[in-house]
Amino acid sequence: MTTTPRRPRTRLFELRGDIPRRVYAGAGVAFIALFLAAWLLLTELQIVSPIFLPPLRAVGEELIIQAQEGILWQDVGASVYRISVGWLLATVLALPIGILMGNFRFFEGLFEPFVDLVRYMPAVAFVPLTILWLGVGDTQKFAIIFIGTFFQEVLMIMDNVKNVPRDMIQVSYTFGMSKWEILWHVVLRAALPGIWDTFRITIGWAWTYLVVAELVAANVGLGYRIMRAQRFLETDKIILGILVIGVLGLLTDYFFKATYNRLFPWMQETR
Amino acid sequence: MTAMTATTQMTQTAKLQVNDVWKTFTPKKGQAVDALQDLSLTVNANEFVSLVGPSGCGKSTLLMMAAGLEPISEGRILIDGREIDGPGPDRGMVFQSYTLFPWLTVEDNIRFALKKSGLGRTQQDELVGDHIRLVGLEGFERSHPNQLSGGMRQRVAIARALVYRPEMLLMDEPFGALDAQTRMLMQELLLQVWQVERTTVLFVTHDVEEAIFLSDRIYVMTARPGRIKAEIAIDLPRPRTLLETESDARFAELRRQVLTLIREEARRAMR
Repeated sequence: MTTTPRRPRTRLFELRGDIPRRVYAGAGVAFIALFLAAWLLLTELQIVSPIFLPPLRAVGEELIIQAQEGILWQDVGASVYRISVGWLLATVLALPIGILMGNFRFFEGLFEPFVDLVRYMPAVAFVPLTILWLGVGDTQKFAIIFIGTFFQEVLMIMDNVKNVPRDMIQVSYTFGMSKWEILWHVVLRAALPGIWDTFRITIGWAWTYLVVAELVAANVGLGYRIMRAQRFLETDKIILGILVIGVLGLLTDYFFKATYNRLFPWMQETR
Repeated sequence: MTAMTATTQMTQTAKLQVNDVWKTFTPKKGQAVDALQDLSLTVNANEFVSLVGPSGCGKSTLLMMAAGLEPISEGRILIDGREIDGPGPDRGMVFQSYTLFPWLTVEDNIRFALKKSGLGRTQQDELVGDHIRLVGLEGFERSHPNQLSGGMRQRVAIARALVYRPEMLLMDEPFGALDAQTRMLMQELLLQVWQVERTTVLFVTHDVEEAIFLSDRIYVMTARPGRIKAEIAIDLPRPRTLLETESDARFAELRRQVLTLIREEARRAMR
């Protein structure tokens, strides 16, 4: 019998087991490649009619045309502007109100029933009303994004604040600090990573509501481009619009994830 | 006998006095429940006193009341003869859970407790350095809590509770979350620190050996509603080390005595 030293094999499928970084990243890339290959296959072999699913090539050509004509940048600019303003408005209000609700039972009692009521109302249904109230300009788009995100965000920020351990607050009292000092130096500092994550999640929703807002009453923007293409059955343009929104959403997500790691390195459990 | 009691009272000054204290919880529905009934105890200056009892007997509640973090239903708690009025820097507190601020380094965590001390920067630096040395964390000044083990985190918490020179230290099962090995090391470390600082300590634990090893005196509490069942003087010689003290015949005797009392109560609570 030979005793060749066996190399410890890395197992891929252990419950919560770690796997090599390259395998992890490679699998993700491979899956996207597989998806694109399936798309290529279905369209190039004309298994699916281009009216239902345009060839990858057509979408690429459309991208180049729109980029060269400047339509793409115009649409992206308009949409990013609407998202930013709408989401910032929601966040600027959700932040103080959520913090008050998380810290003081009075404000929780004051706002929560109303917030709960409104958050179950579909934002989409507000489209005709907002047009009536605010017209068809950007303000109406901000309003839809605001309605879609604010009422969820305020509750999430309340929870972020409530998740600060009680003992951490109590130990601060024993240092002789006042409640306002504790609120500022302890509670908000401790809640910040959670709040940052709430930002990341809510801005994702803002993208959804942007399209809702732009599908009706807009003449520029990614959602509008999709809507217009629908009228002429230009599926390549629709898919391009969807892809661009997907990529922009991914970029904002990466931005918040990367800044999270930079801002809160002390959140990583290293031991 | 009376003469002797008189002399001991002459030489010992009471640091903490709990006089006929009651704690009653009134749930939203149902009857009021007494958590503590007519409880009195005294901790003398420079004394190490432990409070042991079956789980749910209200020992932690009493500690929180002494810290000023929990309202007293009836009775009075005095420190140096003055009635306590909320939490304050005259009583340092160490909790079972990790209450370090994760965004601050070890030295900044300890310095944080000096925020309201009015001391200058150099004085603060000196105190922080002294207390880091006291708990043996030299070299970890710039580490964040996420880089420390559980035992090290509690050492920082102890340093932080001592740095503003409180009149006494209130400890709520500070080693309860640690593994057995670390706990033993921490008990010895705490005794070393206490030998140096001679801070008055009230220590809550359900670990009988821990209480005997550390204390000058032990109060055994009854099952809920909590009252004082017995007061036991721990006449073991100091300085103590775990190996020597625990192999002392007197230690075994005391251990049996305290365990018997607690078992009685635990059994009563189970009925």
